[in-house]
Amino acid sequence: MAKRIDVKELNLYYGKFHAVQEVSIAVPPRNVTAFIGPSGCGKSTVLRSLNRMHEVAPGARVEGSVQLDGEDIYASSVDPVQVRRTIGMVFQRPNPFPTMSIKDNVVAGLRLAGTKNKKQLDEVAERSLRGANLWNEVKDRLDRPGGGLSGGQQQRLCIARAIAVQPDVLLMDEPCSALDPISTLAIEDLITELKKDFTIVIVTHNMQQAARVSDQTAFFNLNGVGQPGRLIEVDDTEKIFSNPSQKATEDYISGRFG
Amino acid sequence: MTTDTADLTRLATPPTFQSVSGARKFKNGLATAAVWGAFLVAIVPLVWVLFIVVQRGLPIVVNADWWQKSLNGLLSRQQGGGVYHAIYGTLVQGLVCAVISVPIGLMVGVYLVEYGGRSRLAKATTFMVDILTGVPSIVAALFVYSLWITTFGFGRSGFAVALALVLLMVPVIVRTTEEMLKIVPDELREASYALGIPKWKTIVKIVIPTALSGILTGIMLALARVMGETAPVLVLAAYAPYINYNLFDGPMASLPLLMTTERSNSTAAGFDRIWGAAITLVIIITLFNLLATVVSRVLAPKTK
Ligand SMILES: Nc1ncnc2c1ncn2[C@@H]1O[C@H](COP(=O)(O)OP(=O)(O)O)[C@@H](O)[C@H]1O
Ligand SMILES: [Mg+2]
Repeated sequence: MAKRIDVKELNLYYGKFHAVQEVSIAVPPRNVTAFIGPSGCGKSTVLRSLNRMHEVAPGARVEGSVQLDGEDIYASSVDPVQVRRTIGMVFQRPNPFPTMSIKDNVVAGLRLAGTKNKKQLDEVAERSLRGANLWNEVKDRLDRPGGGLSGGQQQRLCIARAIAVQPDVLLMDEPCSALDPISTLAIEDLITELKKDFTIVIVTHNMQQAARVSDQTAFFNLNGVGQPGRLIEVDDTEKIFSNPSQKATEDYISGRFG
Repeated sequence: MTTDTADLTRLATPPTFQSVSGARKFKNGLATAAVWGAFLVAIVPLVWVLFIVVQRGLPIVVNADWWQKSLNGLLSRQQGGGVYHAIYGTLVQGLVCAVISVPIGLMVGVYLVEYGGRSRLAKATTFMVDILTGVPSIVAALFVYSLWITTFGFGRSGFAVALALVLLMVPVIVRTTEEMLKIVPDELREASYALGIPKWKTIVKIVIPTALSGILTGIMLALARVMGETAPVLVLAAYAPYINYNLFDGPMASLPLLMTTERSNSTAAGFDRIWGAAITLVIIITLFNLLATVVSRVLAPKTK
């Protein structure tokens, strides 16, 4: 079930490089939060710290806390594998597993976690593909390779794969930036639907997209190259786009920089 | 500025497209000739060797006896008999070598790419593998001789040969595995982690299957390569004209060993055996290469 995320005084490092400074943000359940900001300001880094993918990079370090419904996901007793099972992720470029069929891609998370029951896997595959608005397009070729789909379909396949493990939260890192406008719309519609069941955090370069899909928007910025990225403000999307409280936000949204 | 001068400037500008200059044509011709020359230098000896091997060997091996009998009881000048004893030796030594080398090479490759990073152990391992890659087969054979036979006191045997071949095969498999794992995009590993799949399972179920076709091709080619090695069989196994199924004891023939042994046989029969064994070896290695191609086609990630 959808859960809330509370980020407190988060500092993120790549080795000696301080990538993100003092981020605190609350993400309510069944809600879409958009991260916007210029390239390199640490949106992806913050997003990846929310399901402990940050530490996959060599030398990466985390300070501060990220709580999922009050539970610190960085507590020493917590297994990062469990965290990632609870908080799913969709990447910028569609990345279906090339050796697997469409169906195997969708159920990969369950099957590799040990589910063997074929009927159950079939049900999950159908439910997830329907959930990702892909079922009608692929139901006749579930055994064909996932790599044969179009970019937009592949991205929806990746979303189906992510929701198949029934996470509480779905993180999306610029999920539409490699897609054409029609596929982008399909994904945006999907996000609006997924919001009923999941807490969603989406990084986007496209401000119209942030305005269309999100309930709250967080604006990140950095003072200069080599400086850490910071959270400038976070507020209701409507407010951010109509009447932001920070000058930098207004400049960015009105296209005066970035 | 008058219209006249404007016209003059316009005329002075050269046309955008010019015909190819003589110097460029000449250079092009020279380069073409050089490329063709290099191609011929490379291909002529190859075709020549193949032609002679086929011409002299083929008549010998199109004979059921060749594949089903040994040279047991035949005098050196006596025609007939076969080399199945040597084929058996070559295949068994090669396969036992593969059975030992593949797990070691695969695991070392996985360690280097997935776990080693820039650690000191990984650097040391890479260095060792580099050195091992350059070790001549005679050195590998003598090393096994001094360790397995002189120090441990075992006899010369097919297994000792397999051990020497392991030394030659492991670095090749490590290298192939490394190269193939490196081209698996990190995005796939991350996609798998993000599903809550642990690292070892990601490697076993996602990364290795993606790289498998390339790894298997490398293994097949390495196998084909070591089966033709001569130094280890000369040093580590005695020749026998009869079949010996026991890998661990007694003399055991193999195709390269049979060929070097028959070189001292100056009769027509010896000549035939050498060329027959040569083409047999070529056929076996070709089959392995074909198998490698088929396997990699079947296993390669598909999009259709
Ligand atoms: N794996 C990494 N190793 C080192 N530095 C990184 C790595 N990933 C990102 N960075 C750096 O961290 C900063 C933030 O990057 P990122 O989070 O990708 O920004 P954004 O997604 O907002 O464009 C950038 O300066 C980037 O160069
Ligand atoms: Mg990014």
